[in-house]
Amino acid sequence: MYNYVMRRILIAIPVLFGVTVINFIIMKMAPGNPVDMLVNPKLPAAAAEAKRIELGLDAPAYEQYWNWLRNLVLHGDLGYSMITYEPVTRMIGEKLGPTLLLMGISLALGLAIAVPLGVISAVRQYSKLDYAVVTLSFLGISVPNFFLGLGLVYIFALKLDWLPTSGMTELGSGGGFADVLTHLILPCVVLTANVTGRTIRYVRSSMLEIAGQDYLRTARAKGLREALVVNKHAMRNALIPIVTILGMEIPILFGGAVVIEQIFSWPGIGQLTLSSIMSRDYSTIMGLNLVAAVVVIFANLLTDIVYALADPRIKHSYRGAARS
Amino acid sequence: MNLFRRYIGVKRQPDIDPIGLDFKGEGEPKGAFWRRFRKHKLAVAGLFVIGLMAICAVLAPWIAPYSPNALTDSFGEGPSWNHWLGTDQVGRDVLSRIIYAARVSLSVGIASVLISAAIGTLLGLVSGYFGGWIDGLIMRITDMFMSFPYIMLILVVSSIIGPGLANIILILGFLGWPGVARLVRGSVLAIKQTEYIKASVALGYKTPRILFNHILPNAMAPLLIYATSGVAGAILDEAALSFLGLGVQPPTPSWGNMLASAQSLTVLTDKPWLWVAPGVMIILSVLSINFIGDALRDAMDPKNRK
Repeated sequence: MYNYVMRRILIAIPVLFGVTVINFIIMKMAPGNPVDMLVNPKLPAAAAEAKRIELGLDAPAYEQYWNWLRNLVLHGDLGYSMITYEPVTRMIGEKLGPTLLLMGISLALGLAIAVPLGVISAVRQYSKLDYAVVTLSFLGISVPNFFLGLGLVYIFALKLDWLPTSGMTELGSGGGFADVLTHLILPCVVLTANVTGRTIRYVRSSMLEIAGQDYLRTARAKGLREALVVNKHAMRNALIPIVTILGMEIPILFGGAVVIEQIFSWPGIGQLTLSSIMSRDYSTIMGLNLVAAVVVIFANLLTDIVYALADPRIKHSYRGAARS
Repeated sequence: MNLFRRYIGVKRQPDIDPIGLDFKGEGEPKGAFWRRFRKHKLAVAGLFVIGLMAICAVLAPWIAPYSPNALTDSFGEGPSWNHWLGTDQVGRDVLSRIIYAARVSLSVGIASVLISAAIGTLLGLVSGYFGGWIDGLIMRITDMFMSFPYIMLILVVSSIIGPGLANIILILGFLGWPGVARLVRGSVLAIKQTEYIKASVALGYKTPRILFNHILPNAMAPLLIYATSGVAGAILDEAALSFLGLGVQPPTPSWGNMLASAQSLTVLTDKPWLWVAPGVMIILSVLSINFIGDALRDAMDPKNRK
């Protein structure tokens, strides 16, 4: 197990490094210059040049990369926003909480809904219930999240006036638990619908794959009640591959957050991403991309380890491969 | 016998094209594919809907009642006999714009998937077949690209390269390959172990011939299924991108940028015809393609021989 975990971590390190390089190359490809956005066009060229030097944009690309990486590794410093002059780490730190709250609740709710539905759907394959669940999951993956978001705002916020249209708290209020909760409902419903749609299909096909296994026939043959066969023998094994869904969902949820936060004015990473893209705030975009990628890499690492813990075949097959 | 003839009598039968071979395997009754596909009624309906959309997209100039950018004499009016789906604030006919927007969505979906499938297939074939450090390198690069949240990466790149239809196709195409590469690599690893590949290696065939004529046709079924859902995904991504203002730019109509107008609360509340119809079109097209993909999965699965 130790070997397996170490190997996973050693693979993650070059990937992490590569991510920073790709990130930097993309930013360097940008034709626009943040100085152009900042400086008044009537200003003399010398002043603009001074600004470039101040921001460190005159150095060669590899030197800029090296400075950025050294600051990051040594001081955990992502530099300063080219627009607001705030430290990027602080800007991201302020926004990360609301996004993780939104993503976490949606992921948990999505799994809580999708796992039982997927299992029932597989157990009663080709029943009316199965068709309903499968159709529902297709709707979940096919309805664009921004359209669902707009539709929900139209119905529940504008027509029925039950829920707020946007923001995280009511303006001027202290932002109590109930306040945040009412603001959380609509964006969460949208993201949850997406997660549920994708997950149901995984759970269902994973259950169906298990259904033909010999040990289930044995369990039935020895006279076990069907409920026990499904809950103990089938579901436990079917749910192991579901662990990988967690690793796959997190990058998708980040993407969903960008769109959803824009619609609901949720003060999170997604909104920050879009506004920094619009203002060409490269240092902030680089920081955001890096944070998102790091979260994804760690989620994948964790997924791999949990998978190995849950399914001993993984680490054993690795041990065998290492010996040969 | 067939094998014998092909390999011994090369001179007499030089033009046998293994790509044309039925990848569902021998002994498959003819028409079984369609018979199994037809069982999925929703997929047949989906095929019908997508076909209809494609026809509308191709024939848009003849079908659309107005030019997509022509200003008519009604502004922001609801559906009427003259304008079935109403007009927008500038006075353009919504139905005509929706018909023209089908061109954008379908071409983005198909073209970008063709690009990413070509790149991903090539990298996956090479990675899986050669193994070793080449495999390690390609897979690590794949990991790197997959570590970025896809939508965020697309947004950043499109803000750098600039919006527009051709750019969107290129961006989605050149960033969508990692999933394909992983999938193809997986198939290649399995196919590489089979007897017929060992036989072709033993017969001294050149590597490209083994890769493209012997391995690729057998890796085609999962690739096709993945590509189908990729088309649906690309249509959704284009819509999201255009909705955020970084995709297809007005005045070119796209279902995504038509929905963008609903970001203002007055349009959202008072002019639902402006945003409901393009949204419904996105759902219909994506849903249809996903249903088709699901039926393909069933019909192509060699384990499934009902």
